[in-house]
Amino acid sequence: MKAEKPLTKKYRKKSRLKDIWQRMRRNRIAMAGFFVFVLILLCTIFADLLVAYPKALEQNMGERYLTPSAAHWFGTDLYGRDIFARVIHGTRNSLLMGIGAVFVGITLGGLLGSVAGFFGGRADMIIMRVLDTVMCIPFMLMALAIVAALGTGLVNVLIALMLAMVPYYTRVIRSAILNVVEMDFIEAARACGTPNRYIIIKHVLPNAIGPIIVQATMSIGNMIISAAAMSFLGMGIQPPDPEWGSMLSEGREYMFSAPHMVIFPGLAITVTALSVNLMGDGLRDALDPRLRE
Amino acid sequence: MGDERLGRYIIRRVLLLVPMLFVIIFIVFGIMSLTPNNPGAVMLGLRGTPEAITALNHELGYDRPVLVRYADYIVHLAQGDMGTSYITGRNVFSEIVQRFPATAKLALLSVLTAAVIGVLLGILAAVRQYGIFDMIGTAAAMFTASMPGFWFALIAILVFSLRLRWLPSNGLDSWKHYILPTLMLALPEAAGIMRLTRTTMLETIRQDYIRTARSKGQTERRVIFRHALKNALLPVVTVIGMDFGWLLGGAVVIEQVFSINGVGKLIIEAIRMKDVPQVTGCAVFMAFFFILVMLVVDILYAYIDPRIKVRYQRR
Repeated sequence: MKAEKPLTKKYRKKSRLKDIWQRMRRNRIAMAGFFVFVLILLCTIFADLLVAYPKALEQNMGERYLTPSAAHWFGTDLYGRDIFARVIHGTRNSLLMGIGAVFVGITLGGLLGSVAGFFGGRADMIIMRVLDTVMCIPFMLMALAIVAALGTGLVNVLIALMLAMVPYYTRVIRSAILNVVEMDFIEAARACGTPNRYIIIKHVLPNAIGPIIVQATMSIGNMIISAAAMSFLGMGIQPPDPEWGSMLSEGREYMFSAPHMVIFPGLAITVTALSVNLMGDGLRDALDPRLRE
Repeated sequence: MGDERLGRYIIRRVLLLVPMLFVIIFIVFGIMSLTPNNPGAVMLGLRGTPEAITALNHELGYDRPVLVRYADYIVHLAQGDMGTSYITGRNVFSEIVQRFPATAKLALLSVLTAAVIGVLLGILAAVRQYGIFDMIGTAAAMFTASMPGFWFALIAILVFSLRLRWLPSNGLDSWKHYILPTLMLALPEAAGIMRLTRTTMLETIRQDYIRTARSKGQTERRVIFRHALKNALLPVVTVIGMDFGWLLGGAVVIEQVFSINGVGKLIIEAIRMKDVPQVTGCAVFMAFFFILVMLVVDILYAYIDPRIKVRYQRR
């Protein structure tokens, strides 16, 4: 008896998570994405140590449209504000919108998707029919309509993006769950008389979580871009708060004389989205070894 | 026989449009009814006394319950009337119809461009897996998927309009004007289509019937184009249809960047002015356009996929 204990411990130690991590570590491109993303996260958390927040708002009419230099790494904008400081402090808003929208959207989609996938039948039919119709309204239009109704601002854009994504998440999660529900061990659990609630939490979700995590990671990049697009259209965070999309829309007017005003915020969006997407790609490969040949 | 069944399938799908439209309008209406502003306050602005605002709201029928207004909207819509704009006082429907051709042309051109580029590169990438095309294509797909389309468009304007002076940067006056907006809309979609074509193509190439075709001594080109492509493209067709929805959304932003007077620009102007009838009209119109495209895709699918045809013959 005593000899068995360390053995189970040993097995448990090499959990799925560790397994996935090990597989992902072998994927250099995915790891590069992971490190860049961690760097961006650190930049967000310690933004104030890099450049003080007031510097992102401080106007200096004598130093307008300056090209990048040692004093202003990314140059200055139409009010003479330091673009580097604005990009750094804009990270928080973009990440908040990107990750926030995905997190809440996935939770709502997860609820609907698990009900539809697990119980099937009429619930499934009603949920999916309604969502199919909702998806006939193009995503961006849906988000814009919600913002039009609620008004502009960070929180409303967040709500709009999140609600507009729910149908897409529900679909992915439902199909992930459907794949698991068909398995024999679910049948076995049912035969043992396990309550549904327990089956969903203990058996279905852990086995369906892979594609859900991949979908979540991949859509963070998408949401960051969509949030920036909303701000670019003037629907998101209102000036003077730094946000990449609204910086682009400001810079657009002056881009012929001061192209650095549009180059750097755009690069910030691209690098962030790219790092998340590379990470998501790597995660997908790590979770699904069949894709590797 | 088969065609008759297919005809019945098409009629059923067309009839299904009606309830779908009802639900879409209901959703858009529901969302728009959350607007804190009322038309009286928007139209009268600062001049409006509370009494005048209430009177105007009553005149517009805005003080009635949402469901009543919804029914009213449907009745009017059936007569081709989407109401009048709060701001300009112009007919919403005629405004949209006037702006629509620009958006439709842009979206259709982009979808075609994206499909051609995406499918061709996808085939190349799959046929020479891990080859140079595969590497470059995959990397390019990753980049375009991570790049905001509107930023890409701004950079393209900087390069092609400002520095090289090859292409105009705003409006849609000549064929040259179409090149940048179309490409900027198409490239991100092309990236997605390329990745999907590559995956389905790789799966198809490993099927038994491809091995059979090869062992019969068919040329490689014939194997790829006659045997593999037809089967690999089926899922791609659906995704191209779905992409169209994203494209319509993307058009909103791209029209803004290139100053194109399309429905996308109209809806943004309407949102800024809190012009609810115009926003509702645009959203409903675009959604309807999208379901029409999806209908065409579904019918196309039934034609090209023999499995669906067979299913309808059996019934």
